[in-house]
Amino acid sequence: MPARSAAAAKKPKRPVLRAAKAGAKSRAKSTPKPLVKPSRLERKLVREMESLALVIATAKREIAALRPDEIREKHLPEATDELDAIVGSTAEATGSILDAAEHLGALADKVGGTDGEAITDQVTRIFEACTFQDITGQRITKVVKTLKVIEGRVASLVSAFGTLEASQAAAAPTGEAALLNGPQLPADARSQADIDAIFDKA
Amino acid sequence: MAVDMKMNVLIVDDYKTMLRIVGNLLKQLGFSNIDEATDGASALEKLRQKPYGLVISDWNMEPMTGLQLLKEVRSDIKLKTVPFIMVTAESKTENVVAAKQAGVNNYIVKPFNAATLKMKISSVIGDF
Repeated sequence: MPARSAAAAKKPKRPVLRAAKAGAKSRAKSTPKPLVKPSRLERKLVREMESLALVIATAKREIAALRPDEIREKHLPEATDELDAIVGSTAEATGSILDAAEHLGALADKVGGTDGEAITDQVTRIFEACTFQDITGQRITKVVKTLKVIEGRVASLVSAFGTLEASQAAAAPTGEAALLNGPQLPADARSQADIDAIFDKA
Repeated sequence: MAVDMKMNVLIVDDYKTMLRIVGNLLKQLGFSNIDEATDGASALEKLRQKPYGLVISDWNMEPMTGLQLLKEVRSDIKLKTVPFIMVTAESKTENVVAAKQAGVNNYIVKPFNAATLKMKISSVIGDF
């Protein structure tokens, strides 16, 4: 028998063992490994994650039910418009009161004497009372700032929760309830002449 | 020394209604030269144009508040002694303290009456 070379001496593993290993690998690919039983800590963690997911889903539903888009796009702008209208109309009314008071003050000077002094005293009281408009305006400015903070927080909430389920819009009032709208904003207000025209046609 | 009722008085407030009210009350008290400014910057401009015997200023104004105006006046070598009264709705202790520390001569809280205005002005410029 001839001598074997070094390369030939390094024979591959016995064919039977190689085939057995190949078969085992093949079976491993098609058959899933048996699951390792989760530990108690892992089971607890999964339960906690499920609870958290439920809380988040509930929060999203509740936030959607608040109709944040309606708050941001309708209610808050309407509120700030109304407050601005208050400041405007009280400023206008105060101006009219001051006009009358200044006129009375000038008349008091012409009247003179104790009567003139008495009228001047009352005119002074009118001036003092009219400072309400300044304080009212400052209070309303504070309210408007607060509303803007709320608007910002609502926007942040909506942004944090991403797309919320579209919620059903509030049903518009019907019947006599639909007639309760309060004063119109200055830009939409109708004059007495407009009302008279509608009244005459009705 | 008698108070010069013809002195220039400057009222500063961003609410025109308040300018009108304070102006009318000052006229009733006997002051006849009353100027108005609706913000701190225009107030400073007026103060630098002619001498004023008294400044009556609101606090809540933008962009320059009454406190900032006061500090500007007190840091100006030509204006630092001008009598300055704050008339404001700000009533917290820290506001009054801050104004006092900045050099305000007196502090009137809104709403106020004519008697209080006269008393506070008198305490600053003398009886009239």
